[in-house]
Amino acid sequence: MDLSYGEDAERFRGEVRSFLKEAWQPGGARGAELAELIRAFRRRATDQGYLYRAIPRQYGGSQQPVDVVRAQVIREEFSKARAPMEVGGNGMSMLVPTLLERGTDEQKDLFLRKTIEGDYVWGQGYSEPGSGSDLASVRTRAELSPDGSKWIINGQKIWTSQGGYATHMFMLVRTEPDAPKHDGITYLLLDLNQPGVTRRPIRQMTGEGGRNTFYEFFFDNAETPVSLQVGERGKGWYVSRTTLKHERATIGSADGLGRQFSKLVELAQEMGRSKDPIVRDRLAQIEGAVMAHRYTSFRLFSCNAAGEDPGPVQLMMKLLLTETGHEIALLAQELIGEAGLTEPAGAGSGQTNMARGPNKWLDQIMGSLGNSIAGGASNIQRNIIGERGLGLPRDLALSAEK
Amino acid sequence: MQFHLTPEQVSIQDAVRGTLADNWPMERLHQFADNDQDFDPQSWNALMELGLAGVLVPDSGMGLVEAALICEVAGEAAASGPLIAQLLTVGAVAASDNEDAKAFLEGLTAGTTVATLAIDSEFVQAASSAALFLARDEAGGLRLIEAGEGVTIEPVASTDRSRPVAKVSFGAVKSHVLFPAGHPMVDRIRDAALVLIAADALGGAQHCTDVSVGYAKERVQFDQPIGRFQGLKHQLAHMALDVEPARAFVWYAAYAWDAGLEDAPRAAAMAKAHLSEVYTRSTRAAIAAHGGIGYTWEYGLNYWFRRSVANRAWLGSPAEQRQRAAELAGW
Ligand SMILES: Cc1cc2nc3c(=O)[nH]c(=O)nc-3n(C[C@H](O)[C@H](O)[C@H](O)COP(=O)(O)OP(=O)(O)OC[C@H]3O[C@@H](n4cnc5c(N)ncnc54)[C@H](O)[C@@H]3O)c2cc1C
Repeated sequence: MDLSYGEDAERFRGEVRSFLKEAWQPGGARGAELAELIRAFRRRATDQGYLYRAIPRQYGGSQQPVDVVRAQVIREEFSKARAPMEVGGNGMSMLVPTLLERGTDEQKDLFLRKTIEGDYVWGQGYSEPGSGSDLASVRTRAELSPDGSKWIINGQKIWTSQGGYATHMFMLVRTEPDAPKHDGITYLLLDLNQPGVTRRPIRQMTGEGGRNTFYEFFFDNAETPVSLQVGERGKGWYVSRTTLKHERATIGSADGLGRQFSKLVELAQEMGRSKDPIVRDRLAQIEGAVMAHRYTSFRLFSCNAAGEDPGPVQLMMKLLLTETGHEIALLAQELIGEAGLTEPAGAGSGQTNMARGPNKWLDQIMGSLGNSIAGGASNIQRNIIGERGLGLPRDLALSAEK
Repeated sequence: MQFHLTPEQVSIQDAVRGTLADNWPMERLHQFADNDQDFDPQSWNALMELGLAGVLVPDSGMGLVEAALICEVAGEAAASGPLIAQLLTVGAVAASDNEDAKAFLEGLTAGTTVATLAIDSEFVQAASSAALFLARDEAGGLRLIEAGEGVTIEPVASTDRSRPVAKVSFGAVKSHVLFPAGHPMVDRIRDAALVLIAADALGGAQHCTDVSVGYAKERVQFDQPIGRFQGLKHQLAHMALDVEPARAFVWYAAYAWDAGLEDAPRAAAMAKAHLSEVYTRSTRAAIAAHGGIGYTWEYGLNYWFRRSVANRAWLGSPAEQRQRAAELAGW
């Protein structure tokens, strides 16, 4: 065992560091000025080979050979320098990898550059009112236009994160109503700015409404060219599996959990409770899970670098993360005490970066509930661990499912 | 021995439940949550017309058990209004021999004079609507403060939307001492408050369990009602296991207070601690059991979640109550 990244990686770290020192100097820039600075910085960092490494140059990426160690060094150094990484969101984490693997040249040409530059924002159009955990039961219909050139879409999608900002959607629709349920789905890309699409925000329990919440979308003869179908007709379920794997990997990021835990310790100190034996005991208990999560992510990273299969543990990362999130929420609730009787400034406005007191933890206390549902509810994670991980037989009621 | 509800006690709960069903349906709760009012006269008056505000009056033939039963149903419905405070204030004023304070008794008992609790916290429910504040004096006794001069109310964004709080401070106020520091009633009123908060939590947790069980029977995924999946079924069974046995615990804490048992203060602290935990767990489990719909504002579980946050922090967190309970036990 050796946790060092090796000499080559350390030399590379030096290069990244000196690049960042020179290239990332935001000063006091704000608003549009800052946005432009970030854009220009991302372009330079990409030219340097630090960002969008998996994406070919012709689509705006840096087209680097796969090197998870270097990728990790980049993440660490960028995060230390608080420099902007790649754009976030479902487009980058889910659609881009799918297009890289399954997209046509035309699709890559149309969407990759605009997505990584942040011009296109993607909604994940999977869930429907009747289809959540049972995603393969989607009912939103798509039918070919008489001339066979377009898909005509009718139905409804729901809980779409970023729905207020989304310019496009990648979606699962039913195209072969008579086929077995997993084999009747097609994966489509759709421009949301058209008359056949109506969107509506759904207010979340946090109070958040407007653009900072999830949305529902109604499709009334919405259209998309057949050329924007990803993968074969009727094979959309299998196309979507590539992306879901990806989503789990992003949600399972260890750095975020570690940072959240450090903040929890700071909260205990700020509230004068860090010497309280009860609080110390609970903090240390939570840190046990945080450390297990962190070192498992190292293990996954190492297996990944060596091209080895880490086994069932990779199926556990989302649940471990979100369950630890609940423990953090419960302790935070104890620590903030009466501060929890009031909502933090900006609650419901999405302005989470303003100066706020201990009650800002209400965001995490409630948000941890959403994290356990989004991207596959906890029971579905448990089923996955039990069935795919441990090889237990499927529930009788589900035995027809894939 | 009689340690289950009498028909009279059941009918008290039925009356409160029916009144709240008529006057406090989800639409009203939604409307109230988004307006700037801290008090809803309509549902309050309907509740007060049941004539139950005097349950804690010493010769009423009722007591904290009945008060707890009422508060439990209020918790179920996430009812608005400082009900716990009202019941306690009527009891405290009736037991006091301050004649000036007693002048308020009639209005308090009728519910036309609204009282709220301002003990051990600057966060006060219905602060701008209450005529009276049940508060401490400088020495730690209990006094009744009249709204108006000397009372400063600073609005805040209340987490609990069903019983919004404001920040209240007292300067040169008009007040009436009910019990001087050291009088046994000072602590007894605090203990009674703990029991009633526990009762409210019990009702809220029961509501979360009922709604989740109901949903699990209706919601279909994989062509099955989701309640058929053993994973979820066991989670719902755990919710019920958390709530149902806690009911008799709340009764005991209330009964011990009524009967003046020696362990009444400890039972109150334990009940507040235990039910706060149960309520927190129940609201979280309910949202998880619902999936996406549970995370919405519209579905409404968030009101109970928010109320559980408030109940937990109010008059001392579970950890603080357990600490007191350990001390009271002489451990
Ligand atoms: C904050 C947030 C953001 C989201 N963003 C998006 C998005 O951008 N795009 C998108 O498409 N979707 C999104 N979702 C939707 C999310 O993927 C679904 O909510 C989730 O898959 C659960 O589906 P459901 O809500 O229909 O709940 P259901 O599937 O109805 O589940 C209800 C309950 O039943 C349980 N259950 C279901 N099946 C089983 C089983 N077989 N065994 C045991 N228990 C079971 C679940 O665990 C849950 O407790 C988001 C959700 C949230 C909360």
